[in-house]
Amino acid sequence: MSNEAVLHAHSDVATHDAHGDHSHEHHHHETFITKYVFSQDHKMIAKQFLITGMVWAVLGGLMSVLFRLQLGYPDATFPWLESILGKWAKGGHITPEAYYALVTTHGTVLVFFVLTAGLSGTFANFLIPLQIGARDMASPFMNMLSYWFFFAASIVMLSSMFVETGPFSGGWTAYPPLSALGDASPGSKTGMDLWIVSMALFVVSSLLGGLNYIATVLNMRTKGMSMTRLPLTIWALFFTAVLGVLSFPVLLSGFILLIFDRNFGTSFYLSDIFVNGVGALPNEGGSAILFQHLFWFLGHPEVYIILLPAMGMVSEILSVNSRKPIFGYMAMVGSLFAIAILAFLVWAHHMFVTGLNPFLGSVFVLLTLLIAVPSAIKVFNWLTTLWRGNIRFTPGMLFAIGFVSLFISGGLTGIWLGNSALDIHLHDSYFVVAHFHIVMGVASMFGMFAGIYHWFPKMYGRYMNNTLAYMHFWITIAGAYLIFWPMHYQGLAGMPRRYYDFSIWESFKQFQDLNRFISLVAMIVFAAQFFFLFNFFYSIFKGRKLTNLNPWEANTLEWTTPIHPGHGNWVGEIPEVHRWAYDYGKDGKDFIQQTTPVGADESHH
Amino acid sequence: MSTTTTATTPKLWSGGKSPFNVEYGKLMMWYFLMSDAFTFGAFLISYGTIRFSTNGWPDPNVVFKSFPFAPEGMNAPLVFVSIMTFILIISSVTMVLAVKAGQNMDKKAVTTNLIWTIIGGIAFLSCQAWEWNHLHHEGAWWGMNPFLNADGSASSTNFTNYFFTITGFHGFHVFSGVIINIVMLIMTLMDKFEQRGHYLMIEKAGLYWHFVDLVWVFVFTCFYLI
Ligand code: HEM
Ligand SMILES: [Cu+2]
Repeated sequence: MSNEAVLHAHSDVATHDAHGDHSHEHHHHETFITKYVFSQDHKMIAKQFLITGMVWAVLGGLMSVLFRLQLGYPDATFPWLESILGKWAKGGHITPEAYYALVTTHGTVLVFFVLTAGLSGTFANFLIPLQIGARDMASPFMNMLSYWFFFAASIVMLSSMFVETGPFSGGWTAYPPLSALGDASPGSKTGMDLWIVSMALFVVSSLLGGLNYIATVLNMRTKGMSMTRLPLTIWALFFTAVLGVLSFPVLLSGFILLIFDRNFGTSFYLSDIFVNGVGALPNEGGSAILFQHLFWFLGHPEVYIILLPAMGMVSEILSVNSRKPIFGYMAMVGSLFAIAILAFLVWAHHMFVTGLNPFLGSVFVLLTLLIAVPSAIKVFNWLTTLWRGNIRFTPGMLFAIGFVSLFISGGLTGIWLGNSALDIHLHDSYFVVAHFHIVMGVASMFGMFAGIYHWFPKMYGRYMNNTLAYMHFWITIAGAYLIFWPMHYQGLAGMPRRYYDFSIWESFKQFQDLNRFISLVAMIVFAAQFFFLFNFFYSIFKGRKLTNLNPWEANTLEWTTPIHPGHGNWVGEIPEVHRWAYDYGKDGKDFIQQTTPVGADESHH
Repeated sequence: MSTTTTATTPKLWSGGKSPFNVEYGKLMMWYFLMSDAFTFGAFLISYGTIRFSTNGWPDPNVVFKSFPFAPEGMNAPLVFVSIMTFILIISSVTMVLAVKAGQNMDKKAVTTNLIWTIIGGIAFLSCQAWEWNHLHHEGAWWGMNPFLNADGSASSTNFTNYFFTITGFHGFHVFSGVIINIVMLIMTLMDKFEQRGHYLMIEKAGLYWHFVDLVWVFVFTCFYLI
């Protein structure tokens, strides 16, 4: 008994549709429920992740518009706000509680639901089986569960927004005591209970998904698809899954202790606390810093869980659209590996000012700055891939190039923050906000957009509209820089993050106009995302139809499947792979697909 | 596991087969156990940091000294927990035997050894229930710690907080393991594995069971020995 049995067990799925291209018509006896709702087809599950992620992106983006409204116009009143937010915007003015709730939910939702589930959930599901040559995931059933756990987490998080005392409002990092004591703030009551339940469900979802991705990549590659022939997307998604499987459980432990502190009178994170209106608490002996360690042991790998899939897709898209092999394939794999290892060893750089022993701090400074090495290797290789390439500026390509730009800009500020001496000044300021939004938030969104524009034809058998896509790209890239670049200056000037109103601070009054400007651009960029949303949904139904299997003239296996692949992906045998994924411009040929056998007179790369 | 596939294609990683010659479920189980090890690791390291940043800690020899039905005032430090540990380790041995029997397609031996493993698991859980109940009667619970530090000073509640949380989490794992083993037993009796031609699922259940045992060794060391 070995993998063959598993592969064979899957291949009888395909024999159903061996007789025609329109496999979906003859396929099983599928009802609406099994095909669109409780689907076990990785491609459908990918779309479910994508669309749920998009819903969350709109909600989370809208939240940021609302709190930017407060920061940009602290004195103005907007009566329409009261009509949508009710008591949270009494007199048309967002209350402090609502402001913090919005910031917290925005952060949680974008980090976990959009850029983790929406990004790796979508593309790991969609691309792994298609690009390694497998009929489906190792366990389609667990894969389905992974989506539905995510869906349940979404519902719980959503419902937390409608409880009497509001959603959790202590920041996406959920530090105690705000997260541990119901009396600490309105959002720390039911809102926090729901937040924790939702996140626990989310951890289960990402575990189910991650185990599946790992097992699939290791076990289910088609004949000839050795690890070093894998497209870089797959390597990146593989490391992402490993990071998730090893770091989310630590967060879960942290949450379990938090639940006990909240509900069962323990003091894991609590000691010597006095709450206004309640008095001194009996809790003694715990440590709030302990939570920070547990949180950031996940939290830092998490930022790479968000970034690596984008890196992988960008590598692939840059190579395809430069019509050149990716520069330094093994260096790319090696640097992904180095990043994955280092991601576990740097978490305390988020804690330089917690009273961490300065000696320990200096170790973390060293390890943190080491990440700059693999990051720089990747940037160098992307740029050299573009260098003298025969570039096709497709929308996917533009977003991929935008990603590289953003990654450079945001990575450089990471080096500032990684120095504990500088971080004493910069910590918890807008400089950090600028850093992580550029390098993680916007960059990974760009990776996601690149992936969507690039693989949309494979997902839906139609093209997206280019004009709308170009408008979307230019407004978003310009807007992203206009929003986040100025925040560096604000942060350097000492402007703290997570403040409700800066106009009452003598030292930050000067930024009032700048804040208004940032808010304005934020609203424009948010509005510009409707170019994308409209384009996406319109093109699903009305987009120009694909007529050829391989619209981008790419080498990877997904483009050898039918335009509308059925469950099982390939009609008949799974193709065998004979070469790596990056034979572009080789021996005078523009591209050579991975399924093409190596010719006798072919040169070595 | 057969090794025939290795013999036919020497290149392990070249695709078309599993490089480790295992089917995906076992691979997933290994990765799941790694991830679960991180969960327990996080718990135990948290416990360690809090314990070492606290001035005093109760002496386990004093706290865990009683025994069911023992005469009043009997002093039997760590005897009971040693028996618990012994039971769990024996149940791991019977699990090994069940897995071995499965590889030989010996349904009868699989059944007996699974039953012994289940009995061992239930016995362990019953012991734990007795111990928890006993401690609770002495006034210990989450947020309540009646025991004094070894040096006689008042102790923080984190001694009991961690004890109940971590042994509870481990107990929950044993409980899940017993359920899994019962499902395996039912499937064996229904000839499910005979029909499939292999007892692979028992091997996966076995991996989980050994892991839970191994974790107990660490939990035991951390709470009872040091
Ligand atoms: C050379 C690479 C990088 C270095 C040296 C670096 C360093 C740092 C440091 C020291 C902080 C803590 C700042 C503070 O709170 O005072 C920080 C914050 C952060 N970084 Fe980076 N970073 C790097 C790259 C990245 C990347 C690639 C991502 C994401 C993909 C990322 C995401 C974040 C996030 C999300 C935060 C803030 C979290 C929060 O406090 O809410 N960083 N970074
Ligand atoms: Cu970090």
